[in-house]
Amino acid sequence: MIRLEKRPQPSKAMSWATPLLAVVATMIFGGVLFAALGKDPIQSILTIFWEPLFGEFSFFYRPQLLIKGAPLVLIAIGLALGFKAGIWNIGAEGQYIVGAICGAAAGLAFYPIESVLIFPLMVLSGALGGCLWALIPGFLKVKFGTNEILVSLMLVYVAEQLLASMSLGLLKNPEGFGFPGSRNLQQYPSAHNAELIAGTGMHWGVVAALIAVIFAYIMLTRHKLGFAIRVTGEAPRAAKFGGVNPARLILFCLGASGLLAGLAGMFEVAGPAGQISIDFNVGYGFTAIIVAFLGRLNPLGIVAAGLLMALTYIGGDIAQSQLGLPAAAIQVFQGMLLFFLLALDVLTNYRVRFGTGEVAT
Amino acid sequence: MKLTTLMASAALALGFAGGAIADGHEKTKVGFVYVGPVGDGGWTYEHDKGRQAVEAEFGDKVETVFVENVAEGPDSERVMTQMALDGADLIFTTSFGYMDPTNNVAAKFPDVKFEHATGYKRLHPNVSTYSARFYEGRAIQGHIAGNMTKSNIIGYIGSFPIPEVIRGINSAYIHASKVNPDVEFKVIWVYTWFDPAKEADAAKVLIEQGADVVLQHTDSTAPQAAAQEAGNVVTFGQASDMGQYAPFPRVSSIIDDWAPYYIARTRAVMDGTWEQKDTWDGIGPGMVGIGEISDAVPADVKAEALALKDALADGSYHAFTGPLNKQDGSPWLADGETADDGTLAGMNFYVEGIEGEIPQ
Repeated sequence: MIRLEKRPQPSKAMSWATPLLAVVATMIFGGVLFAALGKDPIQSILTIFWEPLFGEFSFFYRPQLLIKGAPLVLIAIGLALGFKAGIWNIGAEGQYIVGAICGAAAGLAFYPIESVLIFPLMVLSGALGGCLWALIPGFLKVKFGTNEILVSLMLVYVAEQLLASMSLGLLKNPEGFGFPGSRNLQQYPSAHNAELIAGTGMHWGVVAALIAVIFAYIMLTRHKLGFAIRVTGEAPRAAKFGGVNPARLILFCLGASGLLAGLAGMFEVAGPAGQISIDFNVGYGFTAIIVAFLGRLNPLGIVAAGLLMALTYIGGDIAQSQLGLPAAAIQVFQGMLLFFLLALDVLTNYRVRFGTGEVAT
Repeated sequence: MKLTTLMASAALALGFAGGAIADGHEKTKVGFVYVGPVGDGGWTYEHDKGRQAVEAEFGDKVETVFVENVAEGPDSERVMTQMALDGADLIFTTSFGYMDPTNNVAAKFPDVKFEHATGYKRLHPNVSTYSARFYEGRAIQGHIAGNMTKSNIIGYIGSFPIPEVIRGINSAYIHASKVNPDVEFKVIWVYTWFDPAKEADAAKVLIEQGADVVLQHTDSTAPQAAAQEAGNVVTFGQASDMGQYAPFPRVSSIIDDWAPYYIARTRAVMDGTWEQKDTWDGIGPGMVGIGEISDAVPADVKAEALALKDALADGSYHAFTGPLNKQDGSPWLADGETADDGTLAGMNFYVEGIEGEIPQ
């Protein structure tokens, strides 16, 4: 009989070491996987982790790390606020899409007028769009007690249909020969979220992510609201007695995470992606859930986790083309990361007992 | 600024590498960017067969690399840049959504040749576009479908209401109604290229509505399986042969055959004769293949279908030949007139006789 017994006081050091251990374990078992596929394991791991950072073309990959990591961090920060309070917004992908649609629509409405006011307006509408989309499950939960996990997730599929409809209808490029997809915002200077310093990958989305990290950090450690979030997550009844209004907290957490996801979508569509298209969303909203947990729901941890995930994506693509590793092997590799993290988490919080008699089943 | 300079110097270095290739010292490197997994059994699978054909043709004179499951947008731009940095001489980007990224990367690497499938933007002299006239295959499908249907209802699983797909519906309808004036088309839009669950649902709905022929413009075999379950429903393979469902329900198929084009373009790079062009090939040059017509189709229908194929191949017949009216009854093509490529490329209307509206 194997059973898990809760540790009275999980080691603080261990809970910080688990993400690192998970990365190491992933490297080891990933290496075994790559070896089984007939590839040199050391070289594969080096290609994924070393090549983008210090390889021959790192001048190109390092900025890419920011481009890929910024939306992950921005979304994960918002999710972490809710997760800490036990409010599960699984639908960040949908809020990301709606933010992008609203942001792009606000910009395209003024095409081809050039004005410095257009971009800030796009930022506002992107944030508002994502926020309102996330408030739908929030409102339903507060008013009717629905489950926010299901509602927010279902709204992702609604958002995807909306995206397809926008690409084919309202936002379709009138000069696009009938093909789906909006005008390319990269070719509309007032709406383009260009690199702030050329060649660095630093665009407004990266700046926004950094600001969000600082705000979230201060709020969680210094502000009453952050305290309310933490208490609600750890002891909901105590929070209630302590005067926390659960309805307002739910709306705040969902609204804030939706706002940040919407911002991420808006910065993406105005910058790296350039246009609203049917396949605009690539799963940042879901990957950000992994990033949030990998970063221990801690703003600084999330920055590290976001960059790490970005690294595995970029390195994974390099490994595919240079070493011929299949995409599925890279996905398994990324999956391992979450698996080992969760497994090590269990071992940090519980101890395994190989009991013999006393437990009846 | 710095990045551009570095890119330029990297490109310059590649340019020297290109010189070495011309001397026959080094392998020609060909990259492929795929939107799906190579095992999708449809679109990407056929592109990867084209890649393998390039390897088989040139042996160790060529090195091919590919990255699968590449999302359209910034990810594809990064993957293309990475291939170019790694020394690719020729890069095939095989999804419509790679259009702007391909042109962006091509601007940074003037010595690398880019080939973008199904797009129309060639902003730089090192970008070519290529696509296949799948509507020629649809004409043959329509002919067989019109003959095979007993309920006179033909179901059509549309992916996205874009010119490519609308052309296929029109072409199939024109040729089905030619042999069977009572035929009626029911179109369901699933807004995906590849989603077995959605495709199966669409097929089932069409069958429940009385369709005994189901045509698909999506890439999975799920509609084939749904038809097999229903028992008496005819289907056609899409993008790939889907021969595992032959001889019934799958009675024929449209096969994308990219191999001849990929080999020709790779050879052009090796010879130094590569030039920008816009290729739109059909059955004639072999880019569109018709999978074997099974014995479930009556012999006379099969013979007619093959004759139609030959006529399309040698150019003696065009799939869009007048007299044809648009859906609203306004005249489109006069008697004997054929459609021009410009109209076909941007086709956004149904021909007369098809009911329903194209979603906008």
